[in-house]
Amino acid sequence: MDRAAVRETPAEGVTRTFVLEGRSGKNSRVTIEPAAPAYRISLRAPAESLASLSRALGVKPPEQPMGSAYAKSGDFAGKGGRVALWLGPDEWLVIDTQGNDPMVDCARAKALHSAVDISHRQVAIDVSGAGAADVLNAGCPRDLSLAVFPVGSAARTVLGKIEIVLLRTGEEAFRVECWRSFSDYAFTFLAEAARDVS
Amino acid sequence: MLLIRCPYCEQELPEIEFRNAGEAHVARPPDIANENDADFEKYFFIRTNPKGIIYERWRHVHGCARFFNAARDTVTDRFLLTYKAGEKKPKKLPGAGKQ
Repeated sequence: MDRAAVRETPAEGVTRTFVLEGRSGKNSRVTIEPAAPAYRISLRAPAESLASLSRALGVKPPEQPMGSAYAKSGDFAGKGGRVALWLGPDEWLVIDTQGNDPMVDCARAKALHSAVDISHRQVAIDVSGAGAADVLNAGCPRDLSLAVFPVGSAARTVLGKIEIVLLRTGEEAFRVECWRSFSDYAFTFLAEAARDVS
Repeated sequence: MLLIRCPYCEQELPEIEFRNAGEAHVARPPDIANENDADFEKYFFIRTNPKGIIYERWRHVHGCARFFNAARDTVTDRFLLTYKAGEKKPKKLPGAGKQ
C-alpha cells in the first residue's frame, strides 16, 4: 500500500487540523512560525550499518557529536530537504521536508537498524531573526553563541519544562522540534519570550 | 548552574540536562538467585556515601540520553572527571583535594 496516500488522506468526513494552525509571532527582532508538516524518523543503528543506511537514505548520518548533515538536494538556507541530526552515539533524527518518506528508503537498507516513523509525534517551529538565540535562551540553558553552537549544530535539549530537538539552520535561524502535545506550550513560551527581546 | 562534561557529546553542558543515577561501579553478583541475604543486602542497599570523592552514574537524559560515570566531590560539589560507561575507574583524578 502507498504509505504516503494513507498518511495524507484522513477518513471521509474527518478534517485534519494542524495543531499550530494560524499561529504566528513576529516583532522587529524575531519571527516565530510553525514549520510545514514533514516526514520524520527516529533511527538507531550501529556504526557498521551506516554505509548501507547512507546509500539508502541519500544522506550520511553524522558521527560528529551534535552534528547534522543534509542530503545532496538540500541545504540549511531555506530550501530544506532531508537532514540527519545526531542525537546520540547511535541515534539520529531524520527529517524530510520535501515529501519523500525516509521509512520507504530505510526499508531498502539491508544492514541492521531500527527506524520508527515519528512524523506525527513531533511538530517544528521556526525561530529566526537577530533575536532568535535570545528568545530560545529564555528557556534553553545551552550556550547558543556561534562559537559553541555553529550553523548545522543539532542537539536534544530543554526548553522551559519540555524536551526539544534544536537545529541551527542559519546564523540567526533555528528549527525547534517538540512533541505535538507540547507544541502549544512551546509556541506560547517562545512568543512570550519574544516580547522581552524586542 | 553547574556545567557537566558529557563524555559522549564532548562538551560541558548545563546540569539541567542531566540526572543522577546512583553510585557507580556496583557489580551485580553473577549468581544473584543463590546470594545469601547478607550479601544481597550489601549489593542492593548499602552504599558508601562518603564525605569527599564519590563515583557516580549520571545520565545525559535530555541530551544524548547516555549513561556515563563521574567522579564528584561531595563537599565542593565539583565534578573532577567524567568518563564513558564501561571504562575502568580512573586511578588518578585531576584537581582532587582542591577547594
